[in-house]
Amino acid sequence: MQDVTIHITDREGEKHTVLAPTDMAMNLMEVVRSYELAPEGSIGVCGGMAMCASCQCYVNSNTELNTMEDDEDAMLSEAFNVKENSRLSCQIPITEALNGLEIELAPDV
Amino acid sequence: MIKTDILIIGAGPTGLFTVFEAGLLKLKCHLIDALPQPGGQCSELYPKKPIYDIPGFPEVLAGDLTSNLLEQGKQFQPGFTLGERAETIEKTEDGSFIVTTNKGTQHHAPIIAIAGGLGSFEPRKPKLEGIEKYEDKGVAYFIKDPEVYRNKKVVIAGGGDSALDWSIFLADVASEVTLVHRRNEFRGALDSVEKVQELKLLNKINLITPAEITDLHGDDYLQGVSVTKDGHTEIIEADEFIPLFGLSPKLGPIGDWGLEIEKNAIKVNTFDYSTNIPGIYAIGDVNTYEGKLKLILCGFHEATLMCQSAYKRLNPGKKFVLKYTTVSGIDGFDGSRKESPKAVVKAIV
Repeated sequence: MQDVTIHITDREGEKHTVLAPTDMAMNLMEVVRSYELAPEGSIGVCGGMAMCASCQCYVNSNTELNTMEDDEDAMLSEAFNVKENSRLSCQIPITEALNGLEIELAPDV
Repeated sequence: MIKTDILIIGAGPTGLFTVFEAGLLKLKCHLIDALPQPGGQCSELYPKKPIYDIPGFPEVLAGDLTSNLLEQGKQFQPGFTLGERAETIEKTEDGSFIVTTNKGTQHHAPIIAIAGGLGSFEPRKPKLEGIEKYEDKGVAYFIKDPEVYRNKKVVIAGGGDSALDWSIFLADVASEVTLVHRRNEFRGALDSVEKVQELKLLNKINLITPAEITDLHGDDYLQGVSVTKDGHTEIIEADEFIPLFGLSPKLGPIGDWGLEIEKNAIKVNTFDYSTNIPGIYAIGDVNTYEGKLKLILCGFHEATLMCQSAYKRLNPGKKFVLKYTTVSGIDGFDGSRKESPKAVVKAIV
């Protein structure tokens, strides 16, 4: 299994290019946490259950992502700072298709 | 003033298990939690979700884990201050502490165990200009006393269980209930969604979707809200506006207690999970140390070691060795006793 390259813009606007493993059942929120790109306690608060929106991100590339499920969609309907390209990063599993993905972390609320 | 041996801040799984471990050492506990019920995240966020990594439980629902922990500790008669947030701490002359909540309840204890998880749950406030001005003057993020809303015009915003449940409840209390949500779909228990649908058809709930509250109006007290739907905005009369957009944990006032903070968590010594302030410990998700894992099972371990250290601090020089509950049983503070049945010795003739 290959690692994939992901470009992440943190909440301060700083860009990071990171490698994420595709064979560890990780999701995008966990990748952000593993590289400590957002302060602990400000991302992935619910643990990755699509229940808090603290891991909201904006997808800025045309990368094909997994389809949004109802619980993610419903959580985003209650979140703040939501845009057309908003996703909950905890609901995006790391797969080879994500290579080159560009995301930006939504503001902390 | 409430007096106890160990004052536990946070009634999540780690805080609740501390009651049991402290009880084995004859130490009494009292718990403070900002939420109105014990269980922390387990009961607030995901009571119906299964947990698979509690040793000995191949699968347990978070809500059931909370009930079991309460049951396990109940003979040690813990006290609870619920729905209040620990706000300030002061050290007394004898080295003990007085912790006061946001509602002024005072607690006196020689040992403080902070088991606050990611912090106290604070409501997520919508970004509406001037909303602070109307707080407690027509805007509330929690419903404390439903009677406040009797015969009032109430607007609720949100699409989750709280928004649905309170709309249903207040439909019989308020003179008018308007529920506003950004989508047509609601994220809630099916029976709640169906009930709101039914009340809408009976004209007991005015449902406006997909729409958003975009402004607040009123001189001193709230008088109306702007609702924007399909790009069109209208002002509707409102005596009370209740935005229910969930809760988000904040370390809050504990962060100003002089404790060493790192990565939004309290630094501890892994010998006994003590903080930089003697007499104050931090256990569970709220602490940090090299190799820290935010797991319930790690919180249980930390609570156990912390209680042994607290015992030694409270009883310097007094001998004690770890006992096994299977051997010594459990003597509750309520006079109850649990013990394993004695072996039967009988001759075979």
